[in-house]
Amino acid sequence: MSSAVSALGGARYEGYVRVEEQGLRGMITLRGDLNSAKMKKAVLDVTGVKLPKQREILHEGDKAVAWMSPDELLVMVPYDAVSETLASLEKALKGNHFLAVIVSDARAVFCLSGDDVREIVAKLCPVDMAPTTFAPGQIRRTRMAQIAAAFWMTSEKQIEIVCFRSVAQYAFDLLKDAAEPRGEVGAFL
Amino acid sequence: MSTRLATGGRLVNKARAMEFTFNGKRLRGFEGDTLASALLANDQMLVGRSFKYHRPRGIVASGAEEPNALVNMGREETFEPNQRATTTELFDGLRATSQNHFPSLEFDVGAINSKLARFLPAGFYYKMFIHPRPLWKHVYEPFIRKSAGLGKAPRDRDQDKYEHLYAFYDVVVIGGGIAGLLAAKAAGEAGVKVLLMEQTAHWGGRALVDTGTVNQMPVDKFVDETVSTLADMPNVTMRLRMMGAGVYDHGYLLGYERVSDHSPSKNTPRHRLWRIRAKQIVTATGAIERPLSFAGNDIPGVMLASAVRDYVANYGVSIGDRTVVVTNNDDAYQTAIAMKNAGLDVPLIVDARANGGGALAQEARDMGIRVENGKGISKVKGGKRVTGVAICSQAGEGMPLEEVACDVVAMSGGWSPVVHLWSHCGGKLIWDEAQAMFRPDPEKAPTGAQGEGFVSVAGSANGAMDLADIVSDAVSAGRAAAKETGGKPKTTKAPEASSPKMAAMEPIWLMPQGANIKLRSKSWLDYQNDVKVSDVQLAAREGFESVEHAKRYTTLGMATDQGKLSNINGLAILSDALNQPIPQTGTTTFRPPYTPISMAAIAGEARGPIFQPLRRTPMHDWHEENGAYWEPVGQWRRPYCFRKTPGEDIETAVKREINQTRSSLGLLDASTLGKLIVKGPDAGKFLDMLYTNMMSTLKPGRCRYGLMCNENGFLTDDGVVARIDEDTFLCHTTTGGADSIHAHMEDWLQCEWWDWKVYVANVTEQYAQVAVVGPNARKTLEKLTKDDLSAEAIPFMAWQDIQFGDINARVYRISFSGELSYEIAVPASQGRAFWDQLLEAGAEFGVMPYGTEALHVMRAEKGFIMIGDETDGTVIPQDLGLDWAISKKKEDYLGKRAQTRSHMSDSNRWKLVGLETVDGSVLPDGAYCTAEGTNENGQRNVQGRVTSTYYSPTLDRGIAMGLIKHGPDRMGEVLEFPKTDGTVIKAKIVNPVFYDSEGEKQNV
Repeated sequence: MSSAVSALGGARYEGYVRVEEQGLRGMITLRGDLNSAKMKKAVLDVTGVKLPKQREILHEGDKAVAWMSPDELLVMVPYDAVSETLASLEKALKGNHFLAVIVSDARAVFCLSGDDVREIVAKLCPVDMAPTTFAPGQIRRTRMAQIAAAFWMTSEKQIEIVCFRSVAQYAFDLLKDAAEPRGEVGAFL
Repeated sequence: MSTRLATGGRLVNKARAMEFTFNGKRLRGFEGDTLASALLANDQMLVGRSFKYHRPRGIVASGAEEPNALVNMGREETFEPNQRATTTELFDGLRATSQNHFPSLEFDVGAINSKLARFLPAGFYYKMFIHPRPLWKHVYEPFIRKSAGLGKAPRDRDQDKYEHLYAFYDVVVIGGGIAGLLAAKAAGEAGVKVLLMEQTAHWGGRALVDTGTVNQMPVDKFVDETVSTLADMPNVTMRLRMMGAGVYDHGYLLGYERVSDHSPSKNTPRHRLWRIRAKQIVTATGAIERPLSFAGNDIPGVMLASAVRDYVANYGVSIGDRTVVVTNNDDAYQTAIAMKNAGLDVPLIVDARANGGGALAQEARDMGIRVENGKGISKVKGGKRVTGVAICSQAGEGMPLEEVACDVVAMSGGWSPVVHLWSHCGGKLIWDEAQAMFRPDPEKAPTGAQGEGFVSVAGSANGAMDLADIVSDAVSAGRAAAKETGGKPKTTKAPEASSPKMAAMEPIWLMPQGANIKLRSKSWLDYQNDVKVSDVQLAAREGFESVEHAKRYTTLGMATDQGKLSNINGLAILSDALNQPIPQTGTTTFRPPYTPISMAAIAGEARGPIFQPLRRTPMHDWHEENGAYWEPVGQWRRPYCFRKTPGEDIETAVKREINQTRSSLGLLDASTLGKLIVKGPDAGKFLDMLYTNMMSTLKPGRCRYGLMCNENGFLTDDGVVARIDEDTFLCHTTTGGADSIHAHMEDWLQCEWWDWKVYVANVTEQYAQVAVVGPNARKTLEKLTKDDLSAEAIPFMAWQDIQFGDINARVYRISFSGELSYEIAVPASQGRAFWDQLLEAGAEFGVMPYGTEALHVMRAEKGFIMIGDETDGTVIPQDLGLDWAISKKKEDYLGKRAQTRSHMSDSNRWKLVGLETVDGSVLPDGAYCTAEGTNENGQRNVQGRVTSTYYSPTLDRGIAMGLIKHGPDRMGEVLEFPKTDGTVIKAKIVNPVFYDSEGEKQNV
């Protein structure tokens, strides 16, 4: 898909934390009965990832599944594999009441990297970013300043953030502002 | 005169001098100075003029309670008024100017008010300016506004950066004095997560200046030891220069961190607002010394006794050579002793207590200081500076017994615990008779969600005035708070402290107790707002008995210091005037913030480009590069029209866009339209309830226009619904309705019809949507695909998946313009690529991107309604002649019952018609159609109004839609629409469909 571009074309800022817009990522909103055996099996068979529990995100290679609400998951796969994944999910769940739609193009993804990534999020989101409370393997859906956002840690020094595509520039500018050198707080040392 | 001493000053670094200016005068201070200490070191005692009488005012205090030393700081984009010199740390290049004087600080014309003080008592403004009524608005108010206010408002945009930080702790301790340190340590040792904040730049608080030992160590050594222990505890966060600004419900707490006020630099955030959630809050906020009320207690050189010794001990600054101490307690003796130790003269200690003081008094006497018991100050001598005091008997009326020359008066009326943060969220106070103070009532703490107290108090803020009591109180407060949050406190003994034993204080609210009116009218309570003892007494006589009323009448405690020094003295005077005990009078309400915080800190990052999110479609950049004249639509920006050249006026552009679209080809970026996927076995049933018309009968592959109402029957949204398959629908909403209709659907599904099998997903942003419109629309698209786009393959109101090169698109054959039109949804990531392809393919047809205004005009020419124009939340579909879109077959839909109410089905409701001006001109938007006669208010009766009005390039005349009483029955009738300029436009009622009423053009 040569003509597909992400919202900010990989914009990047080096502050006391690096802020980088990621390229396109395949995403599927999957709603259904998360307790059903069929759903668990379908997610595992199609993505190779186990069904996450509340506020969890599980990764397996280049795929991930995140818990979004008691009846909603976010399935992440490489951008080019999203149609195929959707078709497989639909096949695996046929006969059940569910909804699966591609939302890859509705999103922008950012990656924060550096020692103080927690702090950048703590400046913008009303979330306890203390290592004892939030760690890799968890996801939060919340508010980032004035927009909706979700984020998780891929390592102790990396956080990925998703928001809506239309506000990608605002999100980038927010993160950039928060990451400007001399803004270090040292709150999570 | 005040000056820097040769020795002393534990906070200043004399190796590092700093230059600053005050009123343009170049002055020198040291690193570690506050602006106040640096001014005093330069003999700049006079710092401002008072608010009402323009009396000369000097520095009174050494901390956050300072009422007088408010200055303008910086200039241009760093200018800020009302900055407290006592809490402003000195930095190189600081610029400060004094406030509230004209033409200069030394010579002020407004000081005449002081001579007129007799005529400017409490309530003067209320009494004087209430009659005659009309004069208030035009004469009095502009004059008073001009003379009111201390600092100037900034003129330039603030250049600095501000930010927020969200933080979560088990225990937050506010105040880094000895009590705060020990409370934090006790909580930290219990293993819970602790934040300790201190508003100044130093740990240790007052204890470092005062006399005492802890664990047989001097206090400073003990503080250092405790600070380093805390710093090593990984579960304790310590922040200096951070004030606990406010305590709110559910353990919400604002911490105001002044990150770089002390060393300004462009890129460092100036202030950071910590938005904290705390399970337990311990306020160790200390106590504030009270002034005494005697005549002339506002003359520069009269200061709080504690402040006088603070300046010596902390900054090595003496306020003057000869200090008279006046007190009702033992604590102030420490000031006399400190002055003597610094080699300065203390000619007299005036102790108002008949029996005098205890151990400290003896120590002072032993040092050779003269102490007079049972005496008071009758009057302070001096104008811009104290020159002496007249001594009298405290029990008398003020007859001077002798005069003592001095240049400093150090006063102490006892101490008031800082109970502000305890009180913000509802903590109650009790009156402590013995210490004459309000202190927190431990039985009535602010309560959390479970009814449990979530604030406790430690140290002198809790009324513990003796060092040993402070230490043990702090340790137990810290332990208790930690225990509440699941910690395991140590049970070891608290540190042992000792300090000189103090004799009992004696409440003195007026000095001398029988002061005559002349003295009382020179005895200040509130320095900043110029309220005197006589004013409060007058208020009481005039019937302002409630403390809240007296406060507002006299303005006591209403200035920027919120009465930190004046409140208790004021209400004691009020109680005395009302002849009732102090607790019966009570206090006024303590409200956050503790001291004023910057507006910019509250705004945080939300300024400049990130003031608000701006939503951009995938084609936004193209629009920007091609002359888009933007219109805000929700948080989106949509092109209103595109200007071909920068000079093109927007009317011409709109006309050009419409003409070209109707005659050949137009493109509209419709990406902002809401798109909701509704899926499930009950999706049809669900949509039948949400829309007024029948959706469940729609065939897959087809589209239907639908209306949505709320439960009250009012039209809230409209759009085209496409059935994707048996179980799946795509609902288009208006741009502004995308999120609210999504929420509306979830609301009904989650709260009412939770057993219906339906899922909804908002896919608005997944797609870029382009309307390809005009007679050449099909020809253009056919160039881009091999798929069949014929009327047979995709008839009007049908949809089809079509491949355009590498782009998977869904093409909806719908029209909001009346032309042949395809609305094409492509993945947002390919939106710009698709748009570029359309521009290229359409070039031969003169493709014309158009904006929202052309869209509006074209829909109005077709008589299509617009949510928000024809509707305003009070309009039902029946008003708009949309009865055809209301199913008669359905048993129910949201709004159905409401629409049968008598008022809704009343034939007198205003109904939609077209309006055609007789002279072809354009009706003003929102113009009313007048009827005969007037209503009970003498206003002209009306019978309708204009809802949409445009110049139609297609018809070359003004067209409009409006809601008119009995409109559809009055076709051809000419109505009158008065304009705001007094002229009247006549318009004829016509069919609202002005263009192609047969719909032939869209259906080819």
